[in-house]
Amino acid sequence: MTDQAYNFAYLDEQTKRMIRRAILKGLAIPGYQVPFASREMPMPYGWGTGGVQVSAAVLTPDDTFKVIDQGADDTTNAVSIRTFFERTAGVATTTATADASVIQTRHRIPEDQLSEEQILVYQVPIPEPLRFLEPRESETRKMHSLEEYGLMHVKLYEDISCHGHIATSYAYPVRVEGRYVMDPSPIPKFDNPKMADMAAIQLFGAGREQRIYALPPYTKVVSLDFEDHPFEASKADHPCGMCGAEDSYLDELIVDDTGGRMFVCSDTDYCEARQAAGHKGKDAA
Amino acid sequence: MQAEILSGGFADPAIQSAHAFRSVMEAMARPGTIHDIAGATPPAPLSPAAGAVLLTLCDTDTPVYLAGACDCDAVRNWLAFHTGAPFAGPAHCMFAIGTWDALAPLSAYRIGTSEYPDRSATLIVERTDLSASGTLLKGPGIKGRAALSLPEVAAFQANATLFPLGLDFLFTSGDRFAALPRTTEVM
Repeated sequence: MTDQAYNFAYLDEQTKRMIRRAILKGLAIPGYQVPFASREMPMPYGWGTGGVQVSAAVLTPDDTFKVIDQGADDTTNAVSIRTFFERTAGVATTTATADASVIQTRHRIPEDQLSEEQILVYQVPIPEPLRFLEPRESETRKMHSLEEYGLMHVKLYEDISCHGHIATSYAYPVRVEGRYVMDPSPIPKFDNPKMADMAAIQLFGAGREQRIYALPPYTKVVSLDFEDHPFEASKADHPCGMCGAEDSYLDELIVDDTGGRMFVCSDTDYCEARQAAGHKGKDAA
Repeated sequence: MQAEILSGGFADPAIQSAHAFRSVMEAMARPGTIHDIAGATPPAPLSPAAGAVLLTLCDTDTPVYLAGACDCDAVRNWLAFHTGAPFAGPAHCMFAIGTWDALAPLSAYRIGTSEYPDRSATLIVERTDLSASGTLLKGPGIKGRAALSLPEVAAFQANATLFPLGLDFLFTSGDRFAALPRTTEVM
């Protein structure tokens, strides 16, 4: 198999120009979903085709590329996308957050604070925050144009009336610069505060739904809430079993068939770096 | 004449346009910051920066408006050969290129619609000089305040009030450029 048979970063130049123009308009209108002509990629929809196309349009040969899937560098999806760009773009890859210049992510924001030199590319399944409230695209488009977001507040209110608190725990809607309501992709709401005033550029690609949107650095991103039910970034109330971190988002693992469980950092790089630095949790071997 | 038209494009289009786009993206994401951009040697009066931006973003899908002195045979033929972009008037263009005076009036350009604010023109303004001083800027992409030498202030203030509609600007000078999207508040 000759990887050189492909153009740099797989996509042809005209496709990349189209995606690049969409990215620029996305940055100029933060939170607005720019339609783009998504291409067939050599992986199924739902495996990050939107993020891959955005990464392909953004990467240069000088970049160091990192891919995370639910925080992990070593899952199938992350490994195959990383290998894909190693082969088609010849970029260096890493698992260390601090060493990466472009980070493609599925459903997490790294625990380490990102810098101005970094770009975060999100894989987005359903870019329209209003989609499950209003299935018609013609209507949701009108609602965005009229800033008609009452329905979203009704949804959050119904959460409170049913559960006593806002039960939405991921893909928690945000308002960008006081204008567009945006789906932050299915990141846990624990990650929502990290989107605001981030030093890095944040790009969102939805391949099947053919939308690109973006957040420039230092942009105001507010999670929707109510005065008497303020937004709360929640996580499992445990320290990490491996590294003992109390400030990171945790995955719950079932470890035996008698109900035993442990909590570990979802960000594998963060957890490994802490363990290497000598931090130990109660479940560490 | 012929040689001038055929030369001056990207020698290695995939790689050079990738680098050029990263500069354009950084500029658009961080209004007021000045970036270098290289790889194009377009015919006069186009600046190398403007040439590189056009090569990076324009193709047969993007009508281009050449304003004032830019609308000459040399530029038309060069752009047609290297990008294939069709030429259009200000009312139909996606990109416009020229000096600030030649591009006026701004009311001629598309600012998008409330349902599709992205369907708006991007203006590439050729400047003799560009410096990170003068008019103060604030808004998304700017930590605190930034400054940029703008040709005037009122037009950009009026443009920002149209948000989410409006025009986006790139200012080019030699091989340097900066950007001013519609979100930036000009003070």
